[in-house]
Amino acid sequence: MPFGYLGRRLLHLGFVLLGVSLVVFLMLRMIPGDPARLLLGEFASAEDLARLRAQMGLERPLPVQYGLYLGRLLQGDLGQSLRNGAPVAAEIAQRLAATVELAVAAMLIATFLGIAAGVVSAVRPYSLFDTAAMLLALVGVSMPVFWLGLMLMYLFAVRVPVLPLMGRIGMGNEPEALTGLMLLDTLLAGEGEAFLEALEHLVLPAVTLATVPLAIIARITRSSMLEVLQQDYVRTARAKGLDESVVILRHALRNALLPIVTVLGLNLGLLLSGAVLTETIFSWPGLGRYVVDSLMARDYAAVQGCILVFAAILAVINLVVDLAYAALDPRIRIHA
Amino acid sequence: MPSWEPLAGLWRSRSAALGLGLIAFVLGVALFGPAVAPHDPFRTAPLERLAAPSAAHPFGTDSLGRDILSRVIHGARISILIGLISVSISLFPGTLLGLLAGYFGGRLDSVIMRAMDMLLAFPAILLAIFITAILGPSLPNTMIAVGVVYIPHYARIVRSSVLALKEQLFVQAIAHLGGGHGRILFRHVLPNALPPIIVYATLGMGTAVLQAAALGFLGLGAQPPQPEWGVMLSEGRQYLQIAPHVAAFPGGAIFILVLGFNLLGDGLRDVLDPTLRAL
Repeated sequence: MPFGYLGRRLLHLGFVLLGVSLVVFLMLRMIPGDPARLLLGEFASAEDLARLRAQMGLERPLPVQYGLYLGRLLQGDLGQSLRNGAPVAAEIAQRLAATVELAVAAMLIATFLGIAAGVVSAVRPYSLFDTAAMLLALVGVSMPVFWLGLMLMYLFAVRVPVLPLMGRIGMGNEPEALTGLMLLDTLLAGEGEAFLEALEHLVLPAVTLATVPLAIIARITRSSMLEVLQQDYVRTARAKGLDESVVILRHALRNALLPIVTVLGLNLGLLLSGAVLTETIFSWPGLGRYVVDSLMARDYAAVQGCILVFAAILAVINLVVDLAYAALDPRIRIHA
Repeated sequence: MPSWEPLAGLWRSRSAALGLGLIAFVLGVALFGPAVAPHDPFRTAPLERLAAPSAAHPFGTDSLGRDILSRVIHGARISILIGLISVSISLFPGTLLGLLAGYFGGRLDSVIMRAMDMLLAFPAILLAIFITAILGPSLPNTMIAVGVVYIPHYARIVRSSVLALKEQLFVQAIAHLGGGHGRILFRHVLPNALPPIIVYATLGMGTAVLQAAALGFLGLGAQPPQPEWGVMLSEGRQYLQIAPHVAAFPGGAIFILVLGFNLLGDGLRDVLDPTLRAL
């Protein structure tokens, strides 16, 4: 990949992150109320308030304040939680792994099942499978995630209690946190039973979170495959007498992947949004739940940190998607 | 002028017809339902709390003994309003910005589209959460938040249509005949850019209803005792183990309305603008 393209994309990433920090900074200044009073509580003395205001640089002009804020950000300082004074960066780091584990599990489910369903639908269009799959996909995209989560919870944890109700693992079974990823940590600790328990806890939240992206991926895979299957090179491949599975997987699917990758990237953003709801329902101790809890407690420092981290993740994902795109389609590298 | 003839095909599209049917049903409930609702949606009856569905209360009652059917019926009005107002909040500024950016190009285009990129840099629901946090949780603020979040989507779609349209012969001809910018933009470019906007706005109604319900569910949107579907679901969450019907019915209502908009949007897209299929 030529450096020019990568360099431009990295520069763009930098600008987006700068813009995001500016937006977040300005929006927080729009919140009514005095940040110093928020931090110290309503019974703080006037002197204490004045001292903290000076310390936080609140009397300085806005651009200077933004400069200071940016400087702290670059050092990885996201400020202190207004609730307990803990550094927000550490609080976020502690919860990030839980969200990553959930999101990755959901994405794996959505990608594999979605592409498989889409391919089968496209190979047998208007068959019973196709009709049923596409109907289900439409149901999937229209489903309120939080409702689906609650109903799955009722069915599989209350009515027929085969899966745990909430949380990541049973009390007292937590492995030593090495990576923060429960599945990996239990494996590393060599605790097979705890691993299975963690896996059981992951099923309902991951399926809930996977539903919408799965439906979208199945739909896009079907339409992309249908288009590709009509191309001349597919006919040529068939005429050569290639095995049908080779034609579909090697010749058609590979070329149909481009729009699928785009949609995959877009859906990772959707997944982050979905995580906020899914984590709230299943009491999953990740970033999504942290942001909602922080909002309820009016802990703006924590909220701001989470939003910055989410936006940064999204920006990096977009970059990776664009690079994957360029790797899949040489035309993009040349024309970009 | 764009050809509206394909709209006739809409009646032949089964998905669009089903979508229209579902929307018409919810709309009918929203318009006439409150008049025929069996009970007052706010009347509490502590003795009848968490009653399972029965003849007197077809959807059962909630934790305060309120009739869930009546509350779902009243909630239809709120959700339809949320959809209409939120989409208007994103549609009008988004379309205007897209028209200006695409038509005038140059620096104005850069400034507008970079600003849009900034908004797009946030996961949608987080931005909506953030905006409601600043404005304060309430139903009107929910509509504003959900509306603002989707402005960039319309700006992008309209801009790309305008970029193609302004190179077309008929637009250039009008410019050479002395047509002013305003006349060209609003009389000639805009009408031709409408089909994708209509498709996107229809699908957007569903998204807006979902997002607003999500905010209500998180406690950041409409506030109790309003019979908003998301709020009702959140109330039902606490009683999931003993009275699942409290959460089931409002969620089902959200699903039906969103499904209606998605079906109609899909049908419209196939008929009006097949190039949008990737959306």
